[in-house]
Amino acid sequence: MTDLTRMTAAETAATIAAGEASATEVAQAHLDRIGAVDEKVHAFLHVDTEGALRAARAVDDRRARGEELGPLAGVPLALKDIFTTEGVPTTVGSKILEGWIPSYDATLTRRLKDAGVVILGKTNMDEFAMGSSTENSAYGPTGNPWDLTRIPGGSGGGSSAALASFQAPLAIGTDTGGSIRQPASVTGTVGVKPTYGGVSRYGMVAFSSSLDQGGPCARTVLDAALLHEAIAGHDPLDSTSIDAPVPPVVEAARNGDVRGMRIGVVKEFAGEGYQAGVMTRFNEAVELLRELGADVVEVSCPSFSYALAAYYLIAPSECSSNLARFDAMRYGMRVGDDGTHSAEEVTALTRAAGFGAEVKRRVMLGTYALSSGYYDAYYGSAQKVRTLITRDFERVFGGVDVLVSPTTPTTAFPIGERADDPMAMYLADLCTIPTNLAGNAAMSLPCGLAPEDGLPVGLQIIAPAMADDRLYRVGAAVEAAFTARWGHPILEEAPTL
Amino acid sequence: MTVTDELVSYEDALATYDPVMGLEVHVELGTRTKMFCGCSTELGAEPNSQTCPTCLGLPGSLPVVNAVGVESAIKIGLALNCDIAEWCRFARKNYFYPDMPKNFQTSQYDEPIAFNGHLDVALEDGEIFRVQIERAHMEEDTGKSTHVGGATGRIHGASHSLLDYNRAGIPLIEIVTKPIEGAGARSPEVAKAYVAELRELIRALGVSDARMEMGQMRCDVNLSLRPHGREKFGTRSETKNVNSLRSVERAARFEIQRHAAVLNGGGTIVQETRHFHEEDGSTTSGRIKEEAEDYRYFPEPDLVPVAPARAWVEELRAGLPELPRVRRERLRTDWGISDHEMQSALNAGAIDLIVATIEAGAPADQARKWWMGELARRSNEDGVELAALPITSGQVARVCALVADGKLNDKLARQVIEGVLAGEGDPDAVVAGRGLAVVSDEGALGTAVDEAIAGNPGIADKIRSGKVAAAGALVGAVMKATRGQADAGRVRELILEKLGAEG
Ligand SMILES: [Zn+2]
Repeated sequence: MTDLTRMTAAETAATIAAGEASATEVAQAHLDRIGAVDEKVHAFLHVDTEGALRAARAVDDRRARGEELGPLAGVPLALKDIFTTEGVPTTVGSKILEGWIPSYDATLTRRLKDAGVVILGKTNMDEFAMGSSTENSAYGPTGNPWDLTRIPGGSGGGSSAALASFQAPLAIGTDTGGSIRQPASVTGTVGVKPTYGGVSRYGMVAFSSSLDQGGPCARTVLDAALLHEAIAGHDPLDSTSIDAPVPPVVEAARNGDVRGMRIGVVKEFAGEGYQAGVMTRFNEAVELLRELGADVVEVSCPSFSYALAAYYLIAPSECSSNLARFDAMRYGMRVGDDGTHSAEEVTALTRAAGFGAEVKRRVMLGTYALSSGYYDAYYGSAQKVRTLITRDFERVFGGVDVLVSPTTPTTAFPIGERADDPMAMYLADLCTIPTNLAGNAAMSLPCGLAPEDGLPVGLQIIAPAMADDRLYRVGAAVEAAFTARWGHPILEEAPTL
Repeated sequence: MTVTDELVSYEDALATYDPVMGLEVHVELGTRTKMFCGCSTELGAEPNSQTCPTCLGLPGSLPVVNAVGVESAIKIGLALNCDIAEWCRFARKNYFYPDMPKNFQTSQYDEPIAFNGHLDVALEDGEIFRVQIERAHMEEDTGKSTHVGGATGRIHGASHSLLDYNRAGIPLIEIVTKPIEGAGARSPEVAKAYVAELRELIRALGVSDARMEMGQMRCDVNLSLRPHGREKFGTRSETKNVNSLRSVERAARFEIQRHAAVLNGGGTIVQETRHFHEEDGSTTSGRIKEEAEDYRYFPEPDLVPVAPARAWVEELRAGLPELPRVRRERLRTDWGISDHEMQSALNAGAIDLIVATIEAGAPADQARKWWMGELARRSNEDGVELAALPITSGQVARVCALVADGKLNDKLARQVIEGVLAGEGDPDAVVAGRGLAVVSDEGALGTAVDEAIAGNPGIADKIRSGKVAAAGALVGAVMKATRGQADAGRVRELILEKLGAEG
């Protein structure tokens, strides 16, 4: 019998629909795989065995009754622990929410359940999605399945590692500055940050409200598209969600083609700090796009060089306000509630114990940046940079259909290497942050292994807002050509653990 | 009392200083649901039964703006002659308090929905004073804390606190005046008249019941003094949550006297919040603002900007009701009363009740008499607003009708009103229940008159001889005999008739 964990999501759904395997068998195979390897990988913070099997049985029952199943019915998924799940713990990678059992499902969670997707559990992440390595999780780091001593990216390292270690064919991530794309890049998987407002944020614990965006993670472009379609669309509970039809992402993923497309290479995403092997693979990908019939041109986005600075004012500012609610009063951790401390002291003690160093750093940065007398110089200026970046995108998208760049300047770095150097860590998101600031869409997909370390390199494709389908049209073409060139999907080369 | 708490006389204070006031009024809107979620705003429910992830500020929850709340805000802005923003945003006001679930209040900062308006208020003598409006903005209410175990109900000394989030997220409109200058000795009166006028306006718009005693309308009185002739404002005190019209006036008056005492003594006013005490009309120091509190405002990223279409704004403007001051002038002329009488009716919150009573068939003077007399007295005694008394305008109108029909006299009518207030039912039910109907049986009345004449032959003779004024004594005797239940007018007629005298 074929290994049910090695199939794509599309194949898995077809297998279940055809009755060649039950959803329960598929779920059990993945739960077994989790049992076998996750001790080493540590992709999951919580495995919901019972919930997964219950959901799988429901799909099997529906099939038995002859009901029509959706395109992802019975497909297992690893859910980033930032989305609320009714009755299932949600920690956001933080001690401060240890023990909290949400009373409600996020809109995304609800849509997954409605689509018959089987949620296996909640995946590890940098605390409150702040980080690029998952080392900031309060529950310990996650290993990169390509090399367990290296980081799986972050903040969504649990989701990317779950995909790359075949513990789930689908996963959900959130992307505030690159937290879907950078983990996809360093694990040889596919990740998409949809247009801001494309996927509801209701029930997604906020880090930086104007930047946060949930999105699909998968091992193939088509799987990502199927998941994208399942979770996207207007939500009346999220005022910032876009009230317009979801771009035709699945159709695009089934019809990969770049012939006649104009593709821009962002000049600013190269040079110092970019690993040689990353640039080698990126340049090959650009060459491939030409061979496939695209018209590739170089474009310049001068304001992108201010993106990182602007991001590290806006995101901490918003997080300083978003995280203020964690005060030990209503839910989560409570320290010092022994009758000898005031409410304020309990809050202070709880935060001291419950928040990690990076969270504290950003709350302090943000509190400072919003302070009266500093607001204009910091938050105000950062918002102006944001406008300039949006204009740079608008200008170049006047001449090209999509942009391409490396997703992240380096391959996966060793766990611990940048843990004490926040600035080095922040550089991992150099190429991904502009898209968050402007609110448009981007994808990362594998473009080979770096010659010097044999680790995956990601190609980033960037599209204008609401043109998410272009990512899939280009991504599918690139994926098909590379797979043909390599003779197999890139993950075949990853260790089997 | 410390030195700074001594007061100088009001007259002395005004002789030296010129008061400048700023009034901030919070109005709870009467929308069916909260400002940013679908929870009910109904009062009096079990604590925390009207909550959801959003108004509890649970991780992941998001706000959605209540369109009726925005509409109400625009109506208030238009009625206050404000400009309505073409585009504005909500902002987060960041501060910590346990009854605020997110530890920020979703409010508006530098982009209020309405700004630059004015409200003309009528003073007791009919003089019109124009109060300039700085802004009116939308925000949400906080939850409610109950501190348990302390002596005063305040947090100090309490063993624990109970939090009820039913109120969290109820829509509020904050209306802020520009500095009110030039009112001089009439400043407290202007403050009171402004709040009264605003309350009428809010009610006329139908956006809130604006019941101050229920916290639906709350006023902060900011006050400073400057020596006559000085341009620059003095340091202000902020007296919070002054929750009745009378208290607004008293708080302003007290602060004028207190500030003057401090300044006369060579002291300086500390910028601080102060608590008002209903019992003696004084204020005491609350929290000292060592430095201006930094709320770290920034635009609320979870909400999209509010951009009311001009056509909609004009539609709302066209639909505004007659402004209360204009309406009052019309009613005052109709009812034939003075400015002062009208002002009293306004302050008592009686105007709509009188109008409704007239609409239910009562003559204007009768309707006014009951609401401004017996019922106003009761509302004062019970410390509830007139509208909150357990009697309807229809019931008052019915009492008036019974009097007009001669079924009740004034004294009995009073008892009927009392019965209705005591929950004995409608006026007719009270009449029946207490057996209060006027004795109109001519036979019984005739007998009573005969007995009175027989028992008072001297008086009867006087009447026979033409001294009609003496009839009063016999009327009194009959009324006494019928325990007040006779129609005094009819009794008099009968006496004169029987004694052959001309009335
Ligand atoms: Zn609610």
